Amino acid sequence: MSDNSYAAVMARNSRIIKGASGIDYSLYESGGMAFDYERMMGDTGYSLADISKIQREVGVGNTPLLELRNLNALLRKIAPQGKGARIFIKDEQCNPSGSFKDRRASMSAYQARKLGYKGIAAATSGNYGAAVASQAAMRGLKCIIVQECYDSRKVGQPEILEKQRKCECLGAEVIQLSVGPELFYTFLRVLEETGYFNASLYSTFGIAGVETLGFEIAQQCKDLLGRTPDYVVATQAGGGNLTGTARGLIKAGAVNTKVYGASVDLAGLHMASDRDFNRKSFTTGHTGFGVPYATDPDHSDVPRSAARTLRYMDEYVLVKQGEVFYMTEVLAQLEGMERGPAGNTSLAAAFALAQTLPADNIVVVQETEYTGAGKHPLPQLAFARENGIEVRFGDPETEVAGTSIILPEHPSLMRARYFDMNKLRKSYIRNAVRHAGASRATEQDVVFLAAETKATKAFVVDALRELGVEAALT
Amino acid sequence: MSNSAKKGDWVQIHQIVLTPGERTGKIPEETKKVPLELWVKGFIQSDAAVGDTVEVVTVTGRAVSGSLAAVNPAYAYGFGDEYVPELLRIGSQARSILEEGGEQ
Repeated sequence: MSDNSYAAVMARNSRIIKGASGIDYSLYESGGMAFDYERMMGDTGYSLADISKIQREVGVGNTPLLELRNLNALLRKIAPQGKGARIFIKDEQCNPSGSFKDRRASMSAYQARKLGYKGIAAATSGNYGAAVASQAAMRGLKCIIVQECYDSRKVGQPEILEKQRKCECLGAEVIQLSVGPELFYTFLRVLEETGYFNASLYSTFGIAGVETLGFEIAQQCKDLLGRTPDYVVATQAGGGNLTGTARGLIKAGAVNTKVYGASVDLAGLHMASDRDFNRKSFTTGHTGFGVPYATDPDHSDVPRSAARTLRYMDEYVLVKQGEVFYMTEVLAQLEGMERGPAGNTSLAAAFALAQTLPADNIVVVQETEYTGAGKHPLPQLAFARENGIEVRFGDPETEVAGTSIILPEHPSLMRARYFDMNKLRKSYIRNAVRHAGASRATEQDVVFLAAETKATKAFVVDALRELGVEAALT
Repeated sequence: MSNSAKKGDWVQIHQIVLTPGERTGKIPEETKKVPLELWVKGFIQSDAAVGDTVEVVTVTGRAVSGSLAAVNPAYAYGFGDEYVPELLRIGSQARSILEEGGEQ
């Protein structure tokens, strides 16, 4: 009988994760801060064409790209003369389980089946659970989803409760937990007990699966408009959405397209707090994930995350909860597209951004998600009110996460708030130094850190020096 | 909802995974004060009343024990217990900006 205490299970972490993925991550390590990201990604063994074919077998991908004509007309009414870029949206809710997450799950399920695993498991409270459950059903695999769901009163966010229902209705077992990072301990125990494949959000297969999204956007823009888009806006949480999309854009030749990340600003709320848990209205796509995963990608459930935001993100834009609910309503009322609020985070950012861009620019919002009971502005705002959050019209700039949700009094009050990218880059470098326990950096480390942060070598050397780490450049 | 279950019924069980003293140190005080709890559903293996310690078999075939929390648990969320009237204003304002070319 193995020791299932917290300390004992966490100590078996690497062995459990290795057995549940079939990947030996040590192959890619350099011994220093650097690791070979591209080799790791290449070792999935699937080309973009292979992935596309696998996804088509299960109805994933090839979703429509739609111009938001009425919303764009509204935008031009309120934007300064000559401004007001055209926004297009990739209607990812058309995937089988209702979000782009099917792209990620499809590759994990395919790989699990190929390697002979009997089932797959994932730790997620979001759309990804539904995607894994759906793909598992299609591939004849058993499925367990572990979700953080309730506070200590057993009160759960309606959006997460909906995800529980959806997973269960797709045939999965759902393990629900109260708030806390020890979810990972429970997840490891599930992997160990069942021997299932870890359909990690951060695996190479998952991220490779999202590359088709970026590739399709570039192709569809070329077909519709004769050129690639100027901007693609992706919601930033764990970073896989942005990373996979950006890699796909590059593979399609859209090398000049700027990739912007967007998150809901939840500054001040602690993600592991039993009290704060139900004081937020967004369970993902927020700064509580977006910032730590950008600056410390390797704290996930795999040793090296394939989702590496700062390699690809040109700017990081924050929006407020009230702005996202507002845009969700505008999308429904002006475009006839009723979609889930969380998936509209990037739309809210794009709407604010487009007001500042020339009218001939093309901005692509790269996702939508399904909506319904629990996952809609009505239950989510009603739930916020029940939990003592003030919901009213005003200037969203005055919104305080956990206290108020301010719906814009007028669409011109929508704002894109730019996060300091160099602060993110420096924070990433500090974490990389800390993880490796590095006191000096090799040329290889500097080149790696520059690629990881989309910065110059000189920037990296300066940032390292501020940390007291000397770089030995050849 | 019934307070008792017959063998074979679909139920939800509850477990304490970690007591407050067993929780990781890296969490806020209010979280550290409460246990890490778990709920899962399955087919109950014996007749029991809510609160009894029971064993279930989940849909993946796992045997799990815990205290009986609910029998035939329903999905109780919906579109909110009270309508949020603010939402009505958003669409009409956006349309009026579009149609009249003016601002409200």
